[in-house]
Amino acid sequence: MSVTKKHVAPRCRVVIFSILLALLAIIAPGEALQAQQNDAALQQALAGLNVRSFKDKTAAVVALGELGDARAVVALEALTEGRLYGRKSDQTVVIADRDDRIYKLTDPVSGAALGEAGSRDIKKIVANNKLRGIIRGVLGQLALSSSDPGLRLAAVENVIASPTDGSLALLKRARDRETDVGIRAKLETGIATLELGADDITLRRAAVSRLADGNDPEIKSLLERRLLKNSDGSFVEPDDALRAAVQDAVDDINDRLALFGLAEDLIFGISLGSVLLLAAIGLAITFGVMGVINMAHGEMIMLGAYTTFVVQEIFRATMPAEAFGFYLLASIPAAFVVAAAFGILIERGCIRFLYGRPLETLLATWGVSLILQQMVRSIFGANNREVANPDWISGAISIGGGVSVTVNRVYIVVFALVVVAALAAFIRYSRFGLQMRAVTQNRGMASSMGIRTGQVDALTFALGSGIAGVAGVALSQISNVSPNLGQNFIVDSFMVVVFGGVGSLWGTIVGAFGLGIVNKFLEPVSGAILGKVVVLVIIILFIQKRPRGLFALKGRAAEG
Amino acid sequence: MKSGFKTIAAAGVLAGSLAFSGMAQAADTIKVGILHSLSGTMAISETALKDVMLFMIDEQNKKGGLLGKQLEAVVVDPASDWPLFAEKARELIEQHKVDVVFGNWTSVLPVFEELNGMLFYPVQYEGEESSRNIFYTGAAPNQQAIPAVEYLMSEEGGSVKRWVLAGTDYVYPRTTNKILESFLKAKGVPAEDIMINYTPFGHSDWQTIVSDIKSFASAGKKTAVVSTVNGDANVPFYKELGNQGIKAEDIPVVAFSVGEEELAGIDTGPLVGHLAAWNYFMSVDAPENEDLIKKWHAFIGDDKRVFNDPMEAHYIGFNMWAQAVEQAGTTNIDAVRQAMYGQEVPNLTGGIAVMNTNHHLSKPVLIGEIQDDGQFATVWETDGVVVGDAWSDFLPESAKLTADWTYPWVCGNCEKPKYVTN
Repeated sequence: MSVTKKHVAPRCRVVIFSILLALLAIIAPGEALQAQQNDAALQQALAGLNVRSFKDKTAAVVALGELGDARAVVALEALTEGRLYGRKSDQTVVIADRDDRIYKLTDPVSGAALGEAGSRDIKKIVANNKLRGIIRGVLGQLALSSSDPGLRLAAVENVIASPTDGSLALLKRARDRETDVGIRAKLETGIATLELGADDITLRRAAVSRLADGNDPEIKSLLERRLLKNSDGSFVEPDDALRAAVQDAVDDINDRLALFGLAEDLIFGISLGSVLLLAAIGLAITFGVMGVINMAHGEMIMLGAYTTFVVQEIFRATMPAEAFGFYLLASIPAAFVVAAAFGILIERGCIRFLYGRPLETLLATWGVSLILQQMVRSIFGANNREVANPDWISGAISIGGGVSVTVNRVYIVVFALVVVAALAAFIRYSRFGLQMRAVTQNRGMASSMGIRTGQVDALTFALGSGIAGVAGVALSQISNVSPNLGQNFIVDSFMVVVFGGVGSLWGTIVGAFGLGIVNKFLEPVSGAILGKVVVLVIIILFIQKRPRGLFALKGRAAEG
Repeated sequence: MKSGFKTIAAAGVLAGSLAFSGMAQAADTIKVGILHSLSGTMAISETALKDVMLFMIDEQNKKGGLLGKQLEAVVVDPASDWPLFAEKARELIEQHKVDVVFGNWTSVLPVFEELNGMLFYPVQYEGEESSRNIFYTGAAPNQQAIPAVEYLMSEEGGSVKRWVLAGTDYVYPRTTNKILESFLKAKGVPAEDIMINYTPFGHSDWQTIVSDIKSFASAGKKTAVVSTVNGDANVPFYKELGNQGIKAEDIPVVAFSVGEEELAGIDTGPLVGHLAAWNYFMSVDAPENEDLIKKWHAFIGDDKRVFNDPMEAHYIGFNMWAQAVEQAGTTNIDAVRQAMYGQEVPNLTGGIAVMNTNHHLSKPVLIGEIQDDGQFATVWETDGVVVGDAWSDFLPESAKLTADWTYPWVCGNCEKPKYVTN
């Protein structure tokens, strides 16, 4: 249409427009009648939703789908989103959008605003999972002819996920007019899964050969079901040759899935490793470099997570909605500063009196951790706090074979590596890093060279605490933000640092990823609980062999 | 009826000399012990229970107290530490001489039995227990787990054929899953369609388990997860499910320890459609419920605070105890216990809760789906009330046991009545 428009001269356009107007005038009465009938049908189908029984609601949903009306789509979407209500006064079905305590009502038929209502005036039309599944299928069927390829692909997936009797014909029609190669392939696969049970053997054969290249566990189980026997002892798939082909296809898919399984374990291991690394990296400074057995390390992570929550609330209150997603970036420096400030406080107020007395330090920092937990509980309450995942780190990337990587975990891996690299560079190249290394290697010598060791101690502890706070920002995205957050990570953190080698950043990195990957390869075999036990036993045995961990510091530094 | 109770009450008063000394102490007020953690890991669910008890006591005092006396709350903090629970329970009964205790955690059972105290326990638990000194106002497995599974099996619930029983590794999930497993097998579910998985407390890395569930669910049969995962750890589990693209329509998760209080701190958008089975939802449209929530918000001074199932259990338990005290005319433990049996209190969701002689309540069971505002929408409920079972019918060794604390049984775990003449 848009192509032809270009060639029409402006004057002609006026003529065409007037002809159209004239045509409209002739058709209009008939159309108005048609529209009235449509409205009535829509109204009736909508009224069918406002009932108690889910069976009746299902019938109404199917009826709405058959209307093929764009307004029906809007109403069904509202139903799945929980925005469809019944008005108590006259039992009409309305779309209600909540605005604090008031609901703004819209008529789903005319689209007109119906004023406002309180929560007592309307009653939500409840959908359950089954109904939502059916609506998904119905909406999918309607959207199969959408012009947006993204919508079309989603529609195809929805129809395949909740197929009905008419789905096969519908998919075939969609395939015939589909131009996008990817969607067409998806449609072919969908049709093949439905044709696996066809009466015609050529159709079945084609379906099997089509599905044989897949690497989806669902397709595998579909094929496997063709190999079973019916209750009367005959095979589901009567043809022997085809059954052998199905068996081959299943074996092939199994081989490919085994590879995907390995890849999945590796990815999960790296992801768990990055979480361990983030949790442990601050401890690598306070415990690894300074030798302070810091039991309050987990609480620094928790403080970072709560700082994220506070920054989020500030963003929510003061910033426009578009900027909200970036609160996470703003939280990083804020969390560092807050946790570092607490770190200085703890070091100056408590730990500095206990250097060289590890047992007392352990008990004192344990006490500090309890105080911090209760402090947070008194300020923010014992409940979890909501830290939202911004849109840009939600969702997953599918890499086939039923394996998907969630986006937030990818970010956490990258973030962990960036934090470690920045920290390593800081220690290696900055003046403060040099002083820090000097003090930890030989305190007396450093002091006599004019370095204020007390100040360096405080700042080093602050650095370790601040890094833990930054880790808290990332961990708030995958864990509960509660006063107990830190306790979940303290044991793992010590495990990583001790295993990797006290005092070595490299050791911490290798230790974290090593433990993560070993854990994830063990978990499918042994279960989560036994997996943890086995990892602990491995570490204990390893420490027997190499008491100083993977990357032991050598030379005089190690003696002190 | 009433005079009958009074006779028993009088006998009880004469018998219980220990309670007598307690009465003398608390001449001007009636002391109500509150044993809920206000610090530590369990504070998340228990702080609200302490608040609701203070609210109930305040309401009762406004009505003139009990037996002409004002009620006095004695609050202690067992700090989520189970040995401390026993210690604090002893402190409440021996030092503060409280007349009744409302609190959590059944490890205090020996203390209450030894000192003849009375405890109201408002949280769902694994059953397989009935003590003379405890009234269980929370749900037993047959009032929560079994109806939830039955709902999912029904056509309306999605005709689920394959089951993942996921739990935290401790006694409540292990026992509940044992009951569920034998229930499912009795319903004809083959062993290969049941997957059981346990995780440590506070488990936060759910990647492998979610991926296992995904591949378990790809067998072409409708699959559901029955989660006895402990409160908090559910949230990262749901988040991982959502992130890996599993919607409630595909694999619904029904949980028994996720309520309004636990959802209050999280973004429930990705959780919509996952289920919970409880005896109460805050969203239920009933006049009693609305009225109480209004009063609760006025008392606590914050209209964002939620009301949940264990809080309703305390509401029912407290009102039953107050009625029993009025009828017995005393706070003597033995007398009040006798008066408790058959006590009726209207549920906030409609219907009447009754205290049975096995010390468990008859309550309705509701199944709700999580909504994006952190509330539940009821999608199914039992027709009437369900009698709480102390001993599960689905475990062979406990099916033959009976709990009944009235004559002729007078026993919490007997195969035969204690007193029988023939």
